[in-house]
Amino acid sequence: MELLINGERHTVKADADATLLQVLRDELDLTGTKYGCGEGQCGACTVLSGNTAVRACQTPLGAVQGKAITTIEGLAKDGKLHPVQQAYLEADVFQCGYCAPGMLMSTVALLRANPNPSEAEIIRFMNGNVCRCGTYPRILTAIKEAAKA
Amino acid sequence: MERAKDADGQQLPEGKERGRFSESRRNFFKLLGGGLAVTFVLQDAFALFSDTDKATAIGKAAADEVGAWLHIGADNAVTVYTGKVEVGQNIRTSLAQAVADELYLPVASISMVMGDTARTPYDAGTFGSRSTPSMGPQLRRAAATARETLLELAAKKWGVLKSDLKVAGGKVLHPKTNASISFGELTKGKEILKNIPGEVPLIPVDAWRVAGTSVPKVNGEEILTGKHKFVSDMKLPGMLYGKVLRAPSFNATVQRADLAAAKALPGVVVVQEGNFIGVAAPDRATAEKALAAVKVIWNTTNQPSRSDLFDYLKANASGGGGGRGSTTKGNIEEGMASATKTLSEKYTVDYIAHAPMEPRAALARWEDGLLTVWTGTQRPFGVQEELSREFGLPKEKVRVIMPDTGSAYGGKHSGEAALEAARMARVAQKPVKLTWTREEEFTWAYFRPAGLIEVSSGVTADGTLSSWEFHNYNSGTSGIQTPYVVANQQIQYHPVDSPLRQGSYRGLASTANIFVIESQMDDLANLVNMDPLAFRLKNLQEPRLRAVFEAAAKGFGWGKSTPAQNHGYGIGGGTEKGGFTATCAEVAVDPRTGEVKVIRATTAFECGAVINPKHLEHQILGAVVQGIGGALFEAVEFENGKILNPHFAQYRVPRFKDMPAMEIIQLNRKDLPSAGAGEAPIVGIAPAIRNAIAQATGVRLKSLPLAPNGMKGMLGSR
Repeated sequence: MELLINGERHTVKADADATLLQVLRDELDLTGTKYGCGEGQCGACTVLSGNTAVRACQTPLGAVQGKAITTIEGLAKDGKLHPVQQAYLEADVFQCGYCAPGMLMSTVALLRANPNPSEAEIIRFMNGNVCRCGTYPRILTAIKEAAKA
Repeated sequence: MERAKDADGQQLPEGKERGRFSESRRNFFKLLGGGLAVTFVLQDAFALFSDTDKATAIGKAAADEVGAWLHIGADNAVTVYTGKVEVGQNIRTSLAQAVADELYLPVASISMVMGDTARTPYDAGTFGSRSTPSMGPQLRRAAATARETLLELAAKKWGVLKSDLKVAGGKVLHPKTNASISFGELTKGKEILKNIPGEVPLIPVDAWRVAGTSVPKVNGEEILTGKHKFVSDMKLPGMLYGKVLRAPSFNATVQRADLAAAKALPGVVVVQEGNFIGVAAPDRATAEKALAAVKVIWNTTNQPSRSDLFDYLKANASGGGGGRGSTTKGNIEEGMASATKTLSEKYTVDYIAHAPMEPRAALARWEDGLLTVWTGTQRPFGVQEELSREFGLPKEKVRVIMPDTGSAYGGKHSGEAALEAARMARVAQKPVKLTWTREEEFTWAYFRPAGLIEVSSGVTADGTLSSWEFHNYNSGTSGIQTPYVVANQQIQYHPVDSPLRQGSYRGLASTANIFVIESQMDDLANLVNMDPLAFRLKNLQEPRLRAVFEAAAKGFGWGKSTPAQNHGYGIGGGTEKGGFTATCAEVAVDPRTGEVKVIRATTAFECGAVINPKHLEHQILGAVVQGIGGALFEAVEFENGKILNPHFAQYRVPRFKDMPAMEIIQLNRKDLPSAGAGEAPIVGIAPAIRNAIAQATGVRLKSLPLAPNGMKGMLGSR
C-alpha cells in the first residue's frame, strides 16, 4: 500500500485495516504522533488528511490512501518552525508535552478552516484534545497569536 | 595532574582505602572526561563506579541525601548529573537556571543528565515537591564551588589576587590586565575533584540574573516538532512488541492456561510465570493476535464495590488511637460543651486516576548479563531495586533510564511496565517494548486514595473555633492538621487495607483533608452568620496562609459585589509541602439543567523565592485545572474487582470547555527558601467550588466529586 505523508510517498506493508497511527509509529518511525487512548477521545494522535484533522488511531489505512497526510514532523520546513509552532514556542505552552503534536495539528486544521476563530470557536474545535497538565489557557493564547501571524 | 583533595583540606584516604578511592576516581573521570568535577558527598560519586559491595551500602546511606554532581570539561561544557526526572514540572529548566546563575552562564550552556542509574548518583525519586527546595540549592552550591575553584586556579596561574578576578561568558577575567582564560583551558589535562565545602559564597536572591526569570522550557522545540523520544516512541534493532494478558478482575489467579495457539503464531514468544502471562511479537498486530489466542480459566474472588466503599472503609479501619498524623490537644468534650453552635458532618472522597497522557511504557534489553530498561518513572533508582530483586541481580547489573516522560502527577512511582517488559525480554532474548493501553493505565496503575472523613466541630457566638475532631479513614495524613487555631482538637488517621490499589497523587491526601477542613469552615461561618473569609482570618494565625487568603480575596474582589442569581462565590485554601494556597471561585448553576460551570477562579500562591515566574504560573494553573476535575466530576467507578470506566469516554477529565477565567497571583518571598509548587496549588480549588455552589444553591455538598452529573435533582427544596 502507498501513502503520501509529509510530501513523500511511502510504501507500507500493513493491511488496509491497520490504523494509520500504528503504521506511522511502528512502520515509518514517525513517532511524533502519539497514542493517548486508542478511541478518538483525547486527540493525541491528530494528523491532517488534506486540511482536515483526523484521529490516526481511528483511521484505517484504506481511508487515507491517495490523501495528503501531514504529521507533526511535516510542519517545520527547512529548519524553520511553522507559524503555529512558533506561536506555541513563544507562549512557552507545554509542561510534559505529550499532547503537543495533537494540539498543534488540531490548531493547524482549525486555522486552515477558520483563519480568525473566536474564542468560542477555538474551544469548540479544540475540545477533543486533552492536556492533563492543564496548559489550555496558554494554548488559547498561542492559537490567537498564530491566527494573527 | 592536580591531586584530588577534599575542599576542606582533608587528605586522600591512605592505604587500601586510597587504592579503592583512586580507582573509583579514575573511573569517575573516565566517564565524565577530565576537567573539574564537584560532588556533594565524595564517596557518593564513586558508589556507582566501584564494583565492590560497598556500592549498595553507600547508595542506601545516601538515600536521604541529595545526590548530584557537576562537571566542567576541557571543551567548556558544563554538565549536571542528577537522579531527578522531568515529567512536565519543568525541573530540567529550573535546575539549570540555578547552575547558570552561579557560573555566570546562559541556561543554554548547561546540559542536564537526569534519571539514569548508571550516570547519575542515587536519588530517592522525584516526588513530594522536594526537587526545588533540596536539589535546587545543592546544585547552586555545587556550581558556586566550581566557580570558586576556577577563580582559584586562575589566580594561581596568573599570580594575582582571587578577589581581583571575575567570571563571565565561560571565562575567568582579570579586568586590570584584560587577561582572560576559558573554564576549559583552566582545567585542561587535569582531573580536579571537589567536594562542596560547608560555606560557599552564593549569589544572593536579589542578584539572581537567570533564576527568578521566565526562562522558557529548555527542550521546548523538540517537543513542538515531535522530535523528543518518549519511552513509548523508542525502538531498538530486533525489538519485539509486548502485550500482557490482564486478569478479568483484581486478585484473580490463573487456574489453567492454554498457550499453544499463541505459541504457534510466527515469531511469537509467550511467557508464563505464575499469574503473569505475556506475549511478544515482531509487530503490534501479531502481538495482539497472540494475546487474543491465549485461553485462560481464572479463579476470581468477590471484592468490594464502589456502592459499599465508604461503609467498607469505616468497617475495615485499623487501629483505635495514636498513630501517624494523629494529634490531641485540650479536651474535645469541654470544647464541644463550650460551643454555642456545633456541627458534625461526614464527607466522602472517591478514588481518582492520574490519567497521564502517556500511559506506562518500558523498553527492556538484556545484553551480556546486563539489564537495561528505559521507562517513565518518578523513581528510576526505586525501579532499579525492583528489577534487581525480581531477577536476583546485583544493582550494578541493572540500569534504568528515564527520558523526559509524558507526565505523572504522583502516579508513576512504580515500575510495573519495566518489570513486565524485562520478563518478556529475558525469555525472548530480544529487546521488548511494552506500552500500556489507556484501559490498562486506568485499571492496573494505582489511584489517589478514597476516603471517609468525619468531623465534629464547635464554635462560640463570636466566631471562635472551640472544638475540632477529625477522623480520616484511608485517604491519608497530608494536610490533615487544621491550620486554624483551636484549643481543643483531636485529629486521627485510620488506615484501611484499600479495596483498590492506591498511592501517591498531586498533593496527596491534602486534596481530601483540605477539602473537608475548608468545607466545614464555610459551614461553621454560615452557622454564626459570618463572612467565610472573615471567619477564617479570625481563627488563623499563620501569616503566610493569611497572606494568600487576603491576596486571593483582593484579586477576586471578595466582598465587593454580590453574585448574580444562580451564581455563588466560594473560598478555600491551605498549606502543603511548603506552599501556601488560596483560591476564590465563582460558579453558575443552571436551575433548569443543574449544570455547574466554574466561571472564574483566582488563586494566590506563595512558595518562598520564585525561581521561574512563568513556569511557576504553569504549575499553579495546571494544579487548578487538574483540581477542577477532582472537584467536579472525576471518580473511579468499580464493582467486584473491575474498573467500570477505564476510558476517557467514561472517565471525564477537564477539557477546554471546562476552563474558567483564571487569575494567578504569585507572592514572591525572596526572603524565604524556595519550595516546590507542583502539588500545593491544587488544594484550594475544590473547596472554593464547593463553597461557591453552596452560596449559589444553598446545597452544602459533602462529597468529591461534587457534582459528576450536575445539580439536577438536588435543587428541589429551594
